[in-house]
Amino acid sequence: MSMASTPRENLPAPRAAARRRGRLARNLWKSRYMYAFVLPGLLYFLLYRYVPLLGSILAFKEYSPFQGILDSPWVGLANFRRIFENAEVVQVLVNTLVLSFLQILFAFPVPIVLAVMLNEVRSDAFKKLIQSIVYLPHFLSWVVVIGIVTVFLRSEGLVNLLLERLFGISSIPFLQLPALFKPLLVLEVIWKESGWGTIVFLAALAGVHPELYEAAVVDGAGRLRRIWHITLPAIRSTVVILLILRLGTVLDNGFEQVFLMLNPYVMNVGNVLDTYVYYKGILQSDFSFATAVGLFKSLVGLVLVVAANRLAKRFGEEGIY
Amino acid sequence: MHHRTLADRLLDIVNALLLLLTACCMFVPFLYVFSVSFSSMKDFLESDFILWPKEWTAGAYRYILANDRFLRSIGVTVLITVVGTALNLLFTATMAYGLSRPFAGRKPILLLVLFTFLFGAGIIPTYLVVKATGLLDSIWSVILPVLISPWNLIVIRQFFLSLPEELNEAATVDGANPFTVFLRIVLPLSKPALATFGLFYAVAHWNNYFTGLLYLNDPAKWPIQVLLRQIVVVNDSTSLMAEQTLVQPPPAETIQMAAILLATLPILVVYPFLQKHFAKGVMLGSVKG
Repeated sequence: MSMASTPRENLPAPRAAARRRGRLARNLWKSRYMYAFVLPGLLYFLLYRYVPLLGSILAFKEYSPFQGILDSPWVGLANFRRIFENAEVVQVLVNTLVLSFLQILFAFPVPIVLAVMLNEVRSDAFKKLIQSIVYLPHFLSWVVVIGIVTVFLRSEGLVNLLLERLFGISSIPFLQLPALFKPLLVLEVIWKESGWGTIVFLAALAGVHPELYEAAVVDGAGRLRRIWHITLPAIRSTVVILLILRLGTVLDNGFEQVFLMLNPYVMNVGNVLDTYVYYKGILQSDFSFATAVGLFKSLVGLVLVVAANRLAKRFGEEGIY
Repeated sequence: MHHRTLADRLLDIVNALLLLLTACCMFVPFLYVFSVSFSSMKDFLESDFILWPKEWTAGAYRYILANDRFLRSIGVTVLITVVGTALNLLFTATMAYGLSRPFAGRKPILLLVLFTFLFGAGIIPTYLVVKATGLLDSIWSVILPVLISPWNLIVIRQFFLSLPEELNEAATVDGANPFTVFLRIVLPLSKPALATFGLFYAVAHWNNYFTGLLYLNDPAKWPIQVLLRQIVVVNDSTSLMAEQTLVQPPPAETIQMAAILLATLPILVVYPFLQKHFAKGVMLGSVKG
């Protein structure tokens, strides 16, 4: 129903303008039902997605609860200067980046490997069985996952009990050891999300023609060479796109998981941007500063997605937009 | 694959074993939670690692299901999930349908939605808007701010776009207005797709911890995940303050495991449906629609 372009007529300017107005009014009237469909959702987006976005101007103000966001005094970039003058924030930024890169390095490849392994399974029943088990953790809440981790690892927990009975080792406070904090988070993500993560790759592999594998067999290619020359190229662009998306979110560590694992002993190595904003803003009511940290995070995230997308296109991949 | 070499078969076996091991790593914690929750005090004190109770007891469940706080929390969460999911579907489907039809001004609205993928408001400004709209400590605070997931919206719109255009045209010729077309023709055709996204929304509500923590300070309104954290992660024995103090309560660990299991039960119940539909749902939008 795209607006058919009418042949240009040589009308005097005022009449042409009136005609355009008439057409606009007709179009609006014709679309009235669609506005009714879209309006409630649009109001939601404006109120809960865009008003907070505008509220981010708080980052350039000194919030005073009595004056509200609009009337609080402007302070320019003072809040942003505080971000970089503050050793605490620098530590938080380092924690955020290190954790993300550990996740990308160790957790990101696991679903790829798992998908390739599942793709090699010949028995459909066995494949289905494994899939139904490994997909399940994705649907558990972080509270449940970390609840289980806590029960296993706390000082009177299962692992310590076993260590003591079997080796006579006295209780180790796993959850309070700073050195173990990040590795535990990576392991939790691997446990929870690896199975679910295979879906996208398996779907890409389902599109590979079986003849391709058969032809490779005729050419004398072994299993591993078939994986290398057919399976992996088939998922390459999916891997690149997911990696781009992941790079765009390196400043997101997943609030729930990190927050639930944090305790005073590991705060120094475990506090990341999201949790820091929560502690500063919600618990200490330092709204302006916490907003500035959040805005900084969103801006860097935007730059990262755009940059990663460019990079992907340079490597001849499709990119995400 | 007529002649399978020895190396080929070996690879198959190693592959299968590794996959089994992976599946075990994911399954054993469940089994442990399940078994401990049904273990008796005696079992619990005598053995280190319970994978199958010798003496079954539902004591922990009886204890926890007699607890008002736990029950109230489950009730609150059921309410949030049911009302939240219904509203999610209503608002997402109507907006997605609107955006799937041509009309003047569609493009800017679509861009407005897509932009939220690239740039989102932070925790604090969102919190202040929730506060300003008077939702703090009301269950609406965990429903309205997440009314439409932009991702689900785009995927459902993509689904509506894939429906044959003749459906709309035929009905319009018959004099049906777009509301009738949507209700009588589009919705019935979209039942499976909407069921899938309904499940996604419902699981998200049930598992949500973050906004419960942020917006619901009144313990009487705590969703189950917030209470569960108090019971298990914080290991706060007062969180399930025993009314029946005269009776010796079951071991704390069995209570914690029973709480985890009860809080996960709804997920386990819908899991077969999830598994059947989710791959489709995920791929419906695929990475690039």
